[in-house]
Amino acid sequence: MKTVTTHSDLVDSFLPWLTCVAMLAALAMVFLYVPNERVQGEVQRIFYFHLPSAWMAFLGFFIVAGASGAFLWQGKRSADLLARAAAELGMVFCSLVLLTGPLWARPIWGVWWTWDPRLTMTLVLWLIYAAYVLLRVFAGDTETVARYAAVLGIVGVIDIPLIYLSIRLWRGIHPKVEQMAPEMAWTLLVCTGAFVCVFAWLLRLRLRSLHLRDEIRALRQHLVAAS
Amino acid sequence: MPYLFAAFSVVWIVIFLYALSISRRQRELSREVEALRQMTEERTKTESS
Repeated sequence: MKTVTTHSDLVDSFLPWLTCVAMLAALAMVFLYVPNERVQGEVQRIFYFHLPSAWMAFLGFFIVAGASGAFLWQGKRSADLLARAAAELGMVFCSLVLLTGPLWARPIWGVWWTWDPRLTMTLVLWLIYAAYVLLRVFAGDTETVARYAAVLGIVGVIDIPLIYLSIRLWRGIHPKVEQMAPEMAWTLLVCTGAFVCVFAWLLRLRLRSLHLRDEIRALRQHLVAAS
Repeated sequence: MPYLFAAFSVVWIVIFLYALSISRRQRELSREVEALRQMTEERTKTESS
């Protein structure tokens, strides 16, 4: 029997390896290449995973909004599944932001948490999409629930520009990135690339399991109809 | 250093556990799909014979 290797199969076998290599490169750059920041010292290195985590969370939630819009417009099941998978991933990365942030804040600010506008808006973002994920998990997999969730997924994304603008609008204490030494910029770039790989790999895995669940449902319906 | 170590450990552990949970779920679902496909095929065969 001839085995057909599709483009998708190639990506599936290649992506985990690329992710591993990229993550190892990112770790090497963070711990061996980039110099210590003058004021904050070695704890500043948390930034190289903290910031890409935030970007991946935003990417996930933007995908949720886009896919939800497509679902409301065209009613395609695949768009709804993409939104669902991306919301979960956005939550994972947003949780990483909220976990690594306090680990940086404790030695630098002297507190684990402060109600700074950016921190608060990020927590609000996490809560909005936590509500989305809980809705998808506990309210059943019906068309109505999918539509309510799509609206929530679109509305929730409004918080992202507010997070970005919060430093200027409300003058918080959260540091903003203005200028970086080339070594720092390269390290951030490699770390972001590694996180993009992780994101893409996990999104594919999660999407596939959602498609498998749909297939199971269809097969069960077929069996029930046939009996 | 403990904060740095804790932060990187958190990132790795969360990503690893999430990937593990998805792949485990996926394996179970694939097994279930396979079983259901076999059942469907067997039923089709018995109906046709």
